[in-house]
Amino acid sequence: MAAYCYYPGCSLRGTGIAYEESLLAVFKLLHLPIEELRDWNCCGATSYMSIDEGSACVLSARNLALARQLHYRDIVAPCSACYLVLRKTQDYVQRYPRIGRRVEESLGAGRLHVLNEVRVRHPLEVLHTDVGLAKIKARVLRQWPGGKVACYYGCQMVRPYADGDPDHNPVRMDELMHAAGVSTVDFPLKTRCCGGTLTGTMPPVGIRLNEILLAEAHHRGAEAMVTVCPLCQYNLDAYQSELRHRSKTFAEMPVFFFTQVLGWALGGDPARLGLKRAISGRRQIAQWFPKQRAEAAAHV
Amino acid sequence: MERRLKLQKEAEPEWARRISEHPGCEGIFSCLQCGACSGTCPLSIYMDFGPRRIIALVREGFRTAALSSETIWLCASCYACAVHCPRQIHVTDIMYTLKREAIEAKLYPRRLPIPVLAQEFYRAVRSRGKNAEFWVVLRMAVKSNPLILLSMIHTGWALLRTGRLSLHSEHADGIAEIKRYLDMREVA
Amino acid sequence: MSESNGTVRIGVYVCHCGTNIAGIVDVKALTHYAAGLPNVAVSRDYKYMCSDPGQDLIRQDIRDQHLNRIVVASCSPHLHEATFRNATRAGGLNPFFVQMVNIREHDSWVHTNHAEATLKALDMVRAAVRRVAHHEALEKARVSIRPEALVVGGGIAGIHAALTMANAGKHVYLVEREPTIGGHMAQFDKTFPTLDCSACILTPKMSAVKNHPNITLWTYSDVTAIEGYVGNYNVTITRRPRYVREDLCVGCLECLEGCVYKQAKVPDEFNMGLSKRRPIYIPFPQAVPQTPVIDPETCIQFKSGKCKKTCIEVCGDRHAIDLYMEPRTEHIEVGTVVLATGFQTYDARRSPYYGYGTYPNVYTALEIERLVNASGPTGGEVVLRTGGHPKSVGIIHCVGSRDENTNRWCSRVCCMYSLKLAHLLKEHTGAEVFNFYIDMRTPGKGFEEFYQKLLSERVHFIRGRVAEVTDASLHSSEEGRLVIRVEDTLAGFVRRIPVDMVVLATGLEPRADAQEVRRLFNITCSNEGFFLERHPKLAPVQTFTDGIFLAGCCQGPKDIPDTVAQAGAAAAEALALMDAGCVETEPNTAYVMEEACCGCKTCISVCPYHAISFVDEKQVSAINPVLCKGCGTCVAACPSATIRQHLFEDEQIFAEIEGILEYA
Repeated sequence: MAAYCYYPGCSLRGTGIAYEESLLAVFKLLHLPIEELRDWNCCGATSYMSIDEGSACVLSARNLALARQLHYRDIVAPCSACYLVLRKTQDYVQRYPRIGRRVEESLGAGRLHVLNEVRVRHPLEVLHTDVGLAKIKARVLRQWPGGKVACYYGCQMVRPYADGDPDHNPVRMDELMHAAGVSTVDFPLKTRCCGGTLTGTMPPVGIRLNEILLAEAHHRGAEAMVTVCPLCQYNLDAYQSELRHRSKTFAEMPVFFFTQVLGWALGGDPARLGLKRAISGRRQIAQWFPKQRAEAAAHV
Repeated sequence: MERRLKLQKEAEPEWARRISEHPGCEGIFSCLQCGACSGTCPLSIYMDFGPRRIIALVREGFRTAALSSETIWLCASCYACAVHCPRQIHVTDIMYTLKREAIEAKLYPRRLPIPVLAQEFYRAVRSRGKNAEFWVVLRMAVKSNPLILLSMIHTGWALLRTGRLSLHSEHADGIAEIKRYLDMREVA
Repeated sequence: MSESNGTVRIGVYVCHCGTNIAGIVDVKALTHYAAGLPNVAVSRDYKYMCSDPGQDLIRQDIRDQHLNRIVVASCSPHLHEATFRNATRAGGLNPFFVQMVNIREHDSWVHTNHAEATLKALDMVRAAVRRVAHHEALEKARVSIRPEALVVGGGIAGIHAALTMANAGKHVYLVEREPTIGGHMAQFDKTFPTLDCSACILTPKMSAVKNHPNITLWTYSDVTAIEGYVGNYNVTITRRPRYVREDLCVGCLECLEGCVYKQAKVPDEFNMGLSKRRPIYIPFPQAVPQTPVIDPETCIQFKSGKCKKTCIEVCGDRHAIDLYMEPRTEHIEVGTVVLATGFQTYDARRSPYYGYGTYPNVYTALEIERLVNASGPTGGEVVLRTGGHPKSVGIIHCVGSRDENTNRWCSRVCCMYSLKLAHLLKEHTGAEVFNFYIDMRTPGKGFEEFYQKLLSERVHFIRGRVAEVTDASLHSSEEGRLVIRVEDTLAGFVRRIPVDMVVLATGLEPRADAQEVRRLFNITCSNEGFFLERHPKLAPVQTFTDGIFLAGCCQGPKDIPDTVAQAGAAAAEALALMDAGCVETEPNTAYVMEEACCGCKTCISVCPYHAISFVDEKQVSAINPVLCKGCGTCVAACPSATIRQHLFEDEQIFAEIEGILEYA
């Protein structure tokens, strides 16, 4: 089996480090070979695209070309922004000759077509499609100690390059959670934007968007939220103490990466799932995953 | 009292036509002005125009009004408008095009931190091939609104404590090659 | 009539078409150029060749100048080939000595450069002049037309067309798929803008169909095959067993009460699933025919064979219930066909952001028609699926219309029926009603006045395409209700409006099996999938297949007045054909040169019109000129080049090609 090519992107080395830890743990638990792309560079995200579109595509094209050169078939981008920009680059170099020429000029003549020979994948889709729900269900070793979760898909993974999951009501994460023995709540805001970098640039606006998401999840009976994107996780996780100070009714809750939940269910070492990197809901996390219990986890 | 009247000589139809030739902007002239974009947008309630009116401004050629708006910067690129639009207009891509035009024409709102962040991010990636979250955000705050820093202290400490904040700024191994790529100018 | 014999003398006539052609093509230069071409005796230009003076020029020149070939450089032959053939005939020449050159659609309308467009016109005229020299005299064949008609579909369009033709003394077969005629109109409560009761104006016409001596009505039936050609169609109809005999049933409906199901359990199709019916049922009280039908999918006897069959008991000595009924096949011969197969409404589940199927209090417009109807599932009381009466209602326009993601066309009726439903809902419940629209379209007689009436009734009109319907609340005032999120584009801000009931104004689309029907009747569909009329303005009820006409929404969305008008027009066109008794066919048909036919039958398999048969005694193919449409497929396919085609003879085509390629 050819290894998956892992494209971390900048966030999984910073605020989203727990995502990287748990993702690699889950791939290992499922015996899926995965190797980090050598000498990768930043995808450019939304910001670079706001300054220079052609160069933004060059940045992503370089990563795609590198992956192709190393004979990878699938490049796995866990960060939704990376996923989107890589997909968009593949789309744009084909659709817009001007962008295609700009990219070809950098990569060298005749190398444009190789960009679309690599498949850009989100790990959610890899686990759901390549591994499959049945296999994951069969490998579940631990019971989920927490309550119901709200699956939050965010925006850039489902729009506009949804890859088969309906963009209004994606279900793959919910189905993976069910396979892992975790109950989910019906969460109508699952694809509503978290505001991205607005928590940093326009804090009142950005934080309000996340307040709506967290409050609705709580209202629907969720005790935790589960995400697929480092920026979503950061936004939902990092500002809860502020929200708690502001409103007495606000209920703090942990915000997991979906790979942390899967990693736990599949019997991964809790210390290697980045659970301690949570900012909010630390009380629940300590309660759900106590040290001693983690070792002698209730094996199902 | 503000006098609100637009003379047709202020319109720049040629600019509108040029914008419509940018990737993703093909649809501006087929817009129905139905408001599905602004209705779907989670941020339109904070915007000065909202996406629908931006399209109305662009296609009628009101360049300065469109480029100096805050609307285009508040767009968080969630693509909700684009998938919802009954005319399949790539509204998000139109916003990107206008952001680039606004920077080029130096018409973007100076006190708004978002365009500053975009430019800092751009610089960081150009020089290192990778983003250094901490330094980019710090620079953005210093250059736009240092007060933001106060609100960040708490979060910054939480991140540092949980090992999620790296003060070290990494760079890509192939940075020389990347720079060469990025420095190439577009051929006509 | 003068024939092709003797010296070829060609007249070339260049039309200005006002400025349509003359604005781009230099018509004077073209006329002058044509005059110098070989065999051209006369070359003229005129402002409108199709006008009487224009046609007179041709007639006069044939006589005075002894012309025996005519070339007209003007518009598409679709438009005026018949005109110039008639003018040629009037001049005393066989009409097939005319060749048209389309310098409008193919030249002046599609080019902007004067010089190049003129050069193209010169090439095209030169080719026609070369071609027409090889034309031959042809005669049209005559086909007799049977006086019976078939109407497919028993909605208001089919009913009206059938009654019109039956009243004119023609025998009409009306075939309907459902157990009753009436169609969508039977489901409507009131009709806009007059608010007269839909059933009250429809049911008398339904009864008239049933009682008309000239109408044979077959419900619960499908057209399964049609063969033949204009005037002589052989149609096969399969009548599905309804397990109750129409000839014996008196319509007492005691069997419904007698069914072992004391409680109705099956979703009632006529009431859009808002009520239940039994396995033996009648769609609605005024159904025509008044004969119940047994649904074998849900009847215990059909499912398990272990029913007490109480329905048969109560039917008693009438013996109308026959559980062993088999499908029956009917074969009929008709001269004309009117297709009135109607539409289906857009499936609102395809727009998940409006919550149909997720939130119980989101309804489609058709469901509301039943809900407000006095004989509907609630007797006209507007009760929510979750119980109680709505205090506020949101009506969302353009669901599945004007949307590239679903259906791109405007469904034409939704604005008006939304106004009607707004009025009725307000009248029934006193609720606050909000209409969410993109553009209000009320261009009919009395329509704008109705809009005004609704405005004065204080119905809210908010211009904006609704973004979503959600049950996620942001405020206590929204809790437990459905929230409509929309940009009020006129006020200029986003609004959240909590309502108790959402009505989706779903659009009209072609029926799911429209493509199959299209193939069956050998007609064409537009891009949207509606049946295509022969000409959007001048032949709106004809199809490209002679003798087959269109009526109602199968041709495109339209309201009841337009549907009835179109059904009348289709009936009139069919009557005109049947009353004429015969029709002439185009002579541009293919023919087999028997002596060279090798009998390989390739042509038979490629003919889309089943026009070719094999003559066993001679071992050759033969083409029925009445069925042949002159498509040329067999001509191209014939491996021994033994099939040729009138008006498309090799010499003619080669001469035309040489003309094009010979640079002046």
